Amino acid sequence: MIPFVLRRLVQAIPTLFLVVTLSFFLIRLAPGGPFDLERPLAPAAMETLRRVYGLDQPLVVQYGRYLAALLRGDLGPSFSVRDLSVAELLARGLPVSMTLGALALVLALGLGVALGGLAAARRGGILDHAVMTLGTLGLTVPGFVVAPLLQIAFGLALGWLPVGGWEGGDPRHLVLPVITLALPQVAVIARLTRAALIEGAGLPHRRTLRALGLPPRVIALHALRGAALPVVSYLGPAAAGLLTGSVVVETVFGLPGVGRYFVDGALNRDYTLVMGTVVLIGVFVIVLNLLVDLATAAIDPRVRQAA
Amino acid sequence: MAPLLAIRGLTVAYGGRTVLHGLDLDIARGETVALVGESGSGKSQAALAVMGLLPERAAVSGSARFDGTELVGLPRPALDRIRGARIGMVFQEPMTALDPLFTVGHQIALPLRAHRGLTGRQAATRARELLRLVELRDAEARLTAYPHELSGGERQRVMIAMALACEPDLLIADEPTTALDVTVQARILALLNDLKQRLGMAMLFVSHDLRLVRRIAGRTAVMRAGRLVEVGPTERLFAAPAAPETRDLVAAEPAGRKAPPPPGSPVVLEARNVAVSYPGRGGRPWRPAPRRVAVAGIDLAVRAGETLGLVGESGSGKSSLGRALLRLEPSAGIVRFEDRDLTALSRAALRPLRRGFQPVFQDPHGSLSPRMSAGAIVTEGLRVHAPELGARERDARAAAAFAEVRLDPGTRHRPPHAFSGGQRQRIAIARAMILRPRLVVLDEPTSALDRTVQRDIVALLRDLQAAHGLAYVFISHDLAVVRALSDRVLVLRDGRAVEHGPVDTVLETPREDYTRALVAAATT
Repeated sequence: MIPFVLRRLVQAIPTLFLVVTLSFFLIRLAPGGPFDLERPLAPAAMETLRRVYGLDQPLVVQYGRYLAALLRGDLGPSFSVRDLSVAELLARGLPVSMTLGALALVLALGLGVALGGLAAARRGGILDHAVMTLGTLGLTVPGFVVAPLLQIAFGLALGWLPVGGWEGGDPRHLVLPVITLALPQVAVIARLTRAALIEGAGLPHRRTLRALGLPPRVIALHALRGAALPVVSYLGPAAAGLLTGSVVVETVFGLPGVGRYFVDGALNRDYTLVMGTVVLIGVFVIVLNLLVDLATAAIDPRVRQAA
Repeated sequence: MAPLLAIRGLTVAYGGRTVLHGLDLDIARGETVALVGESGSGKSQAALAVMGLLPERAAVSGSARFDGTELVGLPRPALDRIRGARIGMVFQEPMTALDPLFTVGHQIALPLRAHRGLTGRQAATRARELLRLVELRDAEARLTAYPHELSGGERQRVMIAMALACEPDLLIADEPTTALDVTVQARILALLNDLKQRLGMAMLFVSHDLRLVRRIAGRTAVMRAGRLVEVGPTERLFAAPAAPETRDLVAAEPAGRKAPPPPGSPVVLEARNVAVSYPGRGGRPWRPAPRRVAVAGIDLAVRAGETLGLVGESGSGKSSLGRALLRLEPSAGIVRFEDRDLTALSRAALRPLRRGFQPVFQDPHGSLSPRMSAGAIVTEGLRVHAPELGARERDARAAAAFAEVRLDPGTRHRPPHAFSGGQRQRIAIARAMILRPRLVVLDEPTSALDRTVQRDIVALLRDLQAAHGLAYVFISHDLAVVRALSDRVLVLRDGRAVEHGPVDTVLETPREDYTRALVAAATT
């Protein structure tokens, strides 16, 4: 298993390199620069800034310098947030985003599998239709609609929960953002679980279990293990998205996570900040996909032996 | 004495369609009864209905009393105290009937823990005994193996071990050997016979194959179209079948012989030292695993009007060789078709020549596109090889090709799924014949079909060959069909030719042990 993990990590290097290279040149293709303000700076000041940040150098030289710094783990200074490096910004925001994301992930997985399981067990019944309708709703209603509705209902009307802010991670401040984040994932996971369980119920080896007169509890165990495969493969990319922050949720609830950096960085042409978030998301996607492969191998012996 | 299982008026319907009409059948303690019929005769429906394994939309009525307990309509908990404990069941599909995610040991232990309340360790000990009972080699190591690491025959032995785990009074075996190689079939059948006697259990043996039933069942019930047509002692049924349906089944063995090819007919296909290998598994990018050899240096030649039978177990390389002859598989060695060396040609150069050598595959479901009409499937080759033909001329040829394979030309606008298995195989044959090939490679063209349908397809293939002087390479594991269709036979094992000669010589007086085993398995 360890050689497999090492091989996959080595294979990830060219992928990450490609992502970094593409985004490095793409963001610089966008018109404008990091120091273009509404009131233009004096040419001399602009010149100084560009020289300090190395933007006066040819593009290839900038690229080379960025790569060299990246290899040392240095993501460079932020162009838009003075006095802070990109690494420091991410280090501040990441705990917030990861806390929210991890909680949303746990909630989505628990609720999604439970609802999908219920729907499959009562296939064609009222419960099944209710779950599928809620699933469609969860997928189609966007976060920027759900979030304000939750704020109005639970924050303003009922007054049970705060409508925003982080407050050092106070649990009461986490509830609404986590629900907003989890809702569409609950919908997808419930649908995947239901579909996998229903497909599995028709397989010949499930008929074997029934022919052996086994109790429903044992049959459910076999069913869930089989249904775990598609859910787990969906979880990799989904978790990467959740853990690296959501622009919508962080903006609506006023949370200091990393999700906003990506958009703010792109709007302000904060090249290094954008690059930093790209590297961060890239690493998360690669690591989580690796975890998915390991989990798949743990569940399915055929995959284990092919690897 | 009351019968162990008494079935009365057992009826199964889906919506308004009745697939089993009031079956009456008794099985006494220790008795083996065979339930025989072609696909769609309702035999498996009957077995599944007794076990309560039919899908929910199936409406089951009538009665099936097992040792005094009515099984039809029995609530799940009560039913689960009987199935797996007192009635065991073995299914047809050894490849898919075991859960791929759990070890063999875990799965055999399941019924022991559920019905006998054994602990994990006790169940493991008993599982080991059971694997020895079903004569699985290396039983100890197989407990921790996963189903995909076992061969089809081995998996079927595990299936039997699971069914027998709680020493049932009745074993229901639904086509337990159909998906297995003939030599494996014989061993599984012998095992079932032996176990039945040692454990004193009764058996309901469901099969489409009368010949097989003769070796195992004292009494046989024949079904057709959801109805029981005849039941009686097996030997009497063979000697003096009363119902016309039984006579039809008894006579369904492929019979007759092929006329020898006219003397001096030219060689159509010649292969020298043909070898096929596939990339090995495992290995490293810098040191690949050794290639797995599927076909190792085969020489053969086929004349116009002649049939060469390729015989062997699954994995013997016969299909790989067939694909190599058709140039559908890269291979070493030389393949000459008429006067051209095909192995030297590029794909593009090969394309116009392909008209002369056509394939027919085993699976009449998978080898026809469900999105095209049968007529469009049949004429597709003409679009490539005779683009000058107009739509009207193509359609006329499709109608003629349908008539030639004895299908109603009026049905050619229907999609493939509107046809039965045998009719679909006729469509596949028409698709090859419409191009007027000189060589047809037939890869198990009758294996997925019922015996009576097989007989008709064999007759059709013989007629087409005589009419057009076709050369056939006929790939099959079924020696009865091979005998009815071939002039010469090449017996393959592990990719090598172990025997090669006239069909009578090889099958009547086989020289190699392996051929003898194949012949014995197919004829006893």
